Amino acid sequence: MSTLSQSFALVFDWQILMVMLLSGAFGLFVGAIPGLTATMATALLVPITFFMEPIAAIAAIVTASAMAIFSGDIPGALLRIPGTPASAAYVDDSYQMTRSGRGPEALGALLVFSVIGGIFGTIVLIVASPLLAEVALKFSSFEYFWLVLLGLSAAIFVSPGSVTRGLVALVIGLVAACVGMDNPTAEPRFTFGNVDLLGGISFIPAMIGLFALAEVFRYMVHGHKLPPPLKPETKGMIRSQWAVLKRYPKQTMRGNITGTLIGALPGAGADIAAWISYAMSKRFSREPEKFGKGHVEGLVEAGASNNSAVSGAWIPALVFGIPGDSITAIVIGVLYIKGMNPGPTIFIEQATMINALFIVFLLANLLMIPLGWIAIRASTTILAVPQRILMPIILLFCIVGAFAITNSVFGVILMLCFGVLGFIMEENDIPIAPAILGLVLGPMLEQHFITSMIKSNGNLLEFFGRPIAAGLGIMTIVIWCLPLILRLFRGRKQAMA
Amino acid sequence: MKRRSFLPLVAAALTLTAVTPALAEYPERPIEMIVPWGAGGGTDAVGRIFAQMLQQELGKPVNVVNRTGGSGVVGHTAISRARPDGYTIGVVTIEIDMMHWQGLTQLTHEDFDFLAMVNADPGGLMVAEDAPWKTAAELRDAMKSEAPGTLKASGTGQGGIWHLNMLGWMLSEDIPLQNVAWVPSQGASAGLTDMVAGGVQLVPSSLAEGRALIDAGRVRALASMSDEPQAMFPDAPPLKEATGSDWKLSVWRTIAAPKGMPDDVRAKLTAAIQKAYESKEYQDFMTERGFGLRWAGPEDTTRIVAEDDATLGAIMKEAGLAK
Repeated sequence: MSTLSQSFALVFDWQILMVMLLSGAFGLFVGAIPGLTATMATALLVPITFFMEPIAAIAAIVTASAMAIFSGDIPGALLRIPGTPASAAYVDDSYQMTRSGRGPEALGALLVFSVIGGIFGTIVLIVASPLLAEVALKFSSFEYFWLVLLGLSAAIFVSPGSVTRGLVALVIGLVAACVGMDNPTAEPRFTFGNVDLLGGISFIPAMIGLFALAEVFRYMVHGHKLPPPLKPETKGMIRSQWAVLKRYPKQTMRGNITGTLIGALPGAGADIAAWISYAMSKRFSREPEKFGKGHVEGLVEAGASNNSAVSGAWIPALVFGIPGDSITAIVIGVLYIKGMNPGPTIFIEQATMINALFIVFLLANLLMIPLGWIAIRASTTILAVPQRILMPIILLFCIVGAFAITNSVFGVILMLCFGVLGFIMEENDIPIAPAILGLVLGPMLEQHFITSMIKSNGNLLEFFGRPIAAGLGIMTIVIWCLPLILRLFRGRKQAMA
Repeated sequence: MKRRSFLPLVAAALTLTAVTPALAEYPERPIEMIVPWGAGGGTDAVGRIFAQMLQQELGKPVNVVNRTGGSGVVGHTAISRARPDGYTIGVVTIEIDMMHWQGLTQLTHEDFDFLAMVNADPGGLMVAEDAPWKTAAELRDAMKSEAPGTLKASGTGQGGIWHLNMLGWMLSEDIPLQNVAWVPSQGASAGLTDMVAGGVQLVPSSLAEGRALIDAGRVRALASMSDEPQAMFPDAPPLKEATGSDWKLSVWRTIAAPKGMPDDVRAKLTAAIQKAYESKEYQDFMTERGFGLRWAGPEDTTRIVAEDDATLGAIMKEAGLAK
């Protein structure tokens, strides 16, 4: 019997399929609760997988994490509570779609393009792992510095309205990111002697505050003026995605590729991938003015990117035992326990198991469609709840979610502060999204800049001293200067005409 | 946390339905196990598997709660401030011997009742496979002779445990501390990646963290900071054998409780912990995962923790990392 049919026999066992179904449901449940992340879902499964067969254990983790990442988009779209920094990139679009009665359509798009992204990432994982892992190993702090800077530049592209306001928001995020001692010097900053602040501002409570709580405040203040959301129509939400795919094939593919490549880098994951993809989508779109106001195009590209990054993260994990994100960090431990030691030889020595793993990946992504459909159907009923009842429920979710991250009241206080901040920002037309980006990427930018400077003994030219770093650096600078160049070019053309 | 959301409910339902005997014996309700580090990390993995085993021994749910932040200060503080009734225990890590020297907290190892040491991973010495040094002695000589700043090391944040591991070794070999620059990183695997990418030359973290890269032939293990070679890395000699240095360091994890627990509760907990430690499941888990097994009872643990506190404090003062 060939290894492939052996692998199929391993996976298509009723026990494995049952495990996948149950862990899929578990992942959906966990991910849909604001504040509880896919990483959590995975960590919780570990003690249970310990008593399982190897393939069942891996299947449980793959399925649960994939589902949790998708279902993290549900509270984002319905209640404006993004589950992860990755889904914060497009939460304004999906929430605006919900408010105009197109919530299920937004979620359907996120579901279908998550699946497409996940499957694309898996195919790359199957065919190109050793090769891509080699490239990923070439990335050191110099390369990551430019990549993070590129991600931060996305703030300017994603913010609707004026660039200045986008910059203000970005700086707010960057300043908040300075708090704490998790910086390269391990020196406490802006903590005022408070032990909780030593750990810095964790972004989940901040995100919940800025987006969701601010929305609750807005309802309290302007409630009578805001139109109630339209009644959602869940019929055909999956089928209609076919038309979306036909309309945006290039965007889907671009999201897939960007996501997989960024995901394969150990130091960058779904967060940066989603933001860069969303920014790319807007930059190259024919209708950039619609972004942030309930447009599906960004959801397509960033949604695909986000999930393909999750598959991509497995590339360095399987080949070199280097975690591509916090989920694969846990997975590596499980692989060792189950005797599937990561390494370049895993593809040869453990061919049956690895093929089974790939089948599990594809199956888990396909399983997302029916399970996700049920989750969307079930969760959209919340939209039938009148606003005056829904808003206190959102507040409750916010508090629970913020508490859950640190298991302390500190998270709730943080969330309240950021809620007020978010309200003030929105009242003054300062966009929220760039602030989140600053908060998430700020510490990474600092880390990579400082470590690069230590390594180069303070020589700034070293940032262009390695081929990939030089390429990324030049790309970043060109992107910054592009509007200027274009304007000059057009000016001259007009003058000539 | 998820666990928190439904397990306590189940537990509460169970305790409500069961008729509590008049003379209740510890434990009569669920136990909370605080892990001062994030879900998914090594300490979390040890904490969770231990909670699972302890649950079987004690017959009551043991819930893991991650209290993260502030380089472990937040979680350790939470353990020490809990009521010493045996219903809150925690995983106390070696950072307890470092954070007070850094001036981050007043909290020291004296604020805990140590119940057992359940794991210890010796520090190591790793270089990239294409590095010119084939032995720890060659690397030491290079560290002595190269101009300051030529050689760079990474593997934790500034003043982190692996940084101290390198400094302690350098002090024992009379290598001037400024000869090797420390490049702070978010954990050992980030440092290892950077080393393979050519950013730094050495990573002094535990060898287990570099296992896949060592197996893949990308990283060479030069020494283990322990008395004996590690079973999983037979090619890495003990440091004493490799360079003649007496430096040793193991990063341990202990199960501890807030100070002042009743004696009967302590006896019962310690016995349960020992049983859990000896269980086949725990032993297998640790071995497969590449974690070092190390058992020490309450007295020995308290002694080891105090000794390491003095050693690490001395290094941090020497290196100017202490406040």
